Amino acid sequence: MKRHRPHSPPTPPQLPKCPTGIQGLDEITDGGLPRGRPTLVCGGAGCGKTLLAAEFLVRGATQFGEPGVFMAFEETEAELTVNVASLGFDLAGLVRGKQIALDYVHIEPGEIQESGEYDLEGLFVRLNHAIDAIGAKRVVLDTLEALFAGLRNEAILRAELRRLFRWLKDKGVTAVITAERGREQLTRHGLEEYVSDCVILLDHRVNDQIATRHLRVVKYRGALHGTNEFPFLIGDEGLSVLPITSLALNHEVSTERIATGVSRLDSMLGGHGFFRGSSILLTGTSGTGKTIIAANFAQAACRRGERVLFFSFEESPDQIIRNVHSIGLRLEPLVKRGLLRFHSARPSLYGLEMHLATMFKEIALFRPQVVVVDPITSLMDSGTDSETNGMITRLIDYLKAGQVTTLFTSLTQGGHALQQSEAAMSSLMDAWLLLQDFEGNGERNRVLYVLKARGMAHSNQIREFLISDRGIDLVDAYIGPSGVLTGSARAAQSARETAETLASQQEAAQLKREVERKRTALERQISGLRSDYETEAVELRRIAEQVGTQTRLLTTERTELGRLRQADVSVSPNGNGRSEPGRKSR
Amino acid sequence: MKTKTTKRRVTPPARQPARLWQLRLYVMDQTPKSRAALLNLKEICEIHLKGRYRITVIDLLKQPQLAKGDQILATPTVVRKLPSPVRTIIGNLSDTARVLVGLDLRPANPTQ
Repeated sequence: MKRHRPHSPPTPPQLPKCPTGIQGLDEITDGGLPRGRPTLVCGGAGCGKTLLAAEFLVRGATQFGEPGVFMAFEETEAELTVNVASLGFDLAGLVRGKQIALDYVHIEPGEIQESGEYDLEGLFVRLNHAIDAIGAKRVVLDTLEALFAGLRNEAILRAELRRLFRWLKDKGVTAVITAERGREQLTRHGLEEYVSDCVILLDHRVNDQIATRHLRVVKYRGALHGTNEFPFLIGDEGLSVLPITSLALNHEVSTERIATGVSRLDSMLGGHGFFRGSSILLTGTSGTGKTIIAANFAQAACRRGERVLFFSFEESPDQIIRNVHSIGLRLEPLVKRGLLRFHSARPSLYGLEMHLATMFKEIALFRPQVVVVDPITSLMDSGTDSETNGMITRLIDYLKAGQVTTLFTSLTQGGHALQQSEAAMSSLMDAWLLLQDFEGNGERNRVLYVLKARGMAHSNQIREFLISDRGIDLVDAYIGPSGVLTGSARAAQSARETAETLASQQEAAQLKREVERKRTALERQISGLRSDYETEAVELRRIAEQVGTQTRLLTTERTELGRLRQADVSVSPNGNGRSEPGRKSR
Repeated sequence: MKTKTTKRRVTPPARQPARLWQLRLYVMDQTPKSRAALLNLKEICEIHLKGRYRITVIDLLKQPQLAKGDQILATPTVVRKLPSPVRTIIGNLSDTARVLVGLDLRPANPTQ
């Protein structure tokens, strides 16, 4: 089953497409321009119509083996050759190699007298001759509307144009016809009336002093196409259209985790670091150590043998290398080994699209596994919000498609850690680390926490972030009733805590001693009482004995007395001395 | 290219035979339009340039490569190669007045 999936399901026969080879345009049009049919490219002055047409021909000739005819109505062969040379196209060489034929049609308004009926067979003949001479598959007519300036009989002209487009179709060539943008219609002379298969609109707008070119496929009969406006640029390698909403969210994902270079940070991220191919945002105010974390990340990746591309928009490569050297990171050997590559540029150097195109080019060239953009916010200043968001989306999509892990640093201003634009950007990010300053106690300390990390368990703790000459370390910040304490306050707090523990220990010991003392006191009391009792008991026993002795003595005395008085009553030694008178009288 | 070579070489002898008009008529096949153009041109030349003109008819169906040299766009087209400057008239030449303006013949022959 799986093997069959890449093959497209049996679809009804689709419109054959003719790839333009122009970066991005074939994506938008899902394969290129309609093959064997004319396409109208319209736009205002200087928006790149001629260059688009020229690139279509050159790429056709060089990449797809389809020779082409360029019929120019406005520029001479020599002018055209020079103009497209700026895109790196060797038109003269292609002409010599019979891959491209140039034909300049000179029309001077008012120079031609018209007398009676005519047709444009001359044009047809020339075109036909040029096509047949090199076996052309592609034709460019730039700008056909020049005919309207040279010829006054519009009725004939329109009829002939209609015939021309039909003829081009019959000829089976894929044609690009350029036309000037009109006020109320797409083209000044309503050429769209004749070309109904595909219409592309180019536009050059200035927004906030930044000029951006846009491309829109207005119409594409019989095919799906992106209907949005797409920014495009004219670089030194031709046009590149940058689809904002690329292919769809269907890039492959990896479950592989890669270390951040800071072991404590890895453990905050579920113990293994980031996912490969994820996009990471590192936000912080200035001086919170964004670049240092980024450099650490880069170094860790290089040590794994991966290639890292470091885009720097604030510092030169040498400066970064020197600065991170002070914390023990040695990047220059990595640069020398070709694992690490810096690309530094001032954000104001050129517009956003140009930056993006340059980045794309560098990435395609170096094929890195890790990309660092430091900071992304510098770029954001050179475009409007919607543009920058679009750009970052495109960049992220591009990188994700290639499973490139990307770390964006983002500089926030003032005390606001979270900004609106960042909130918008953050939805594109898979992980978001926040670096923050804590001021107090006459010092400034850095803390770090993980705001989000998609798809992994991560720590919710705020960690103090220490930078020393041995590198980065993360320390548990003290979190107590008075908030988060960092730096010396954290140290002081822990000292205070130690002291408090000691004090309470001492108190406990004292209490213990007190109890002991009380117990001994009690015992002493008890033993005192016992000895009292014993003393008393001895005394009492002594008294009892005494009394006994006395009684005995008394009895003895009485007996003795009775004897002496000659009493007839015997006195029992134990009697109480009373006589029994009854016995006496009997 | 065209201006450099033709001017240097052709101009001095061109002045000698006074006003030999060299006209080229570009047509596409022998269509009624082509024939009408040739007839009209001959007629005008006979009236205004009798004896001092030469018409070369070029059929682009047979010689398509010649269309580029004279910047031919429409057919039929008359190109006045001499006297310079080069002038171009397109159409079947049915509007004689316009042909005369186009060939710059009016001031030379105010009658007619």
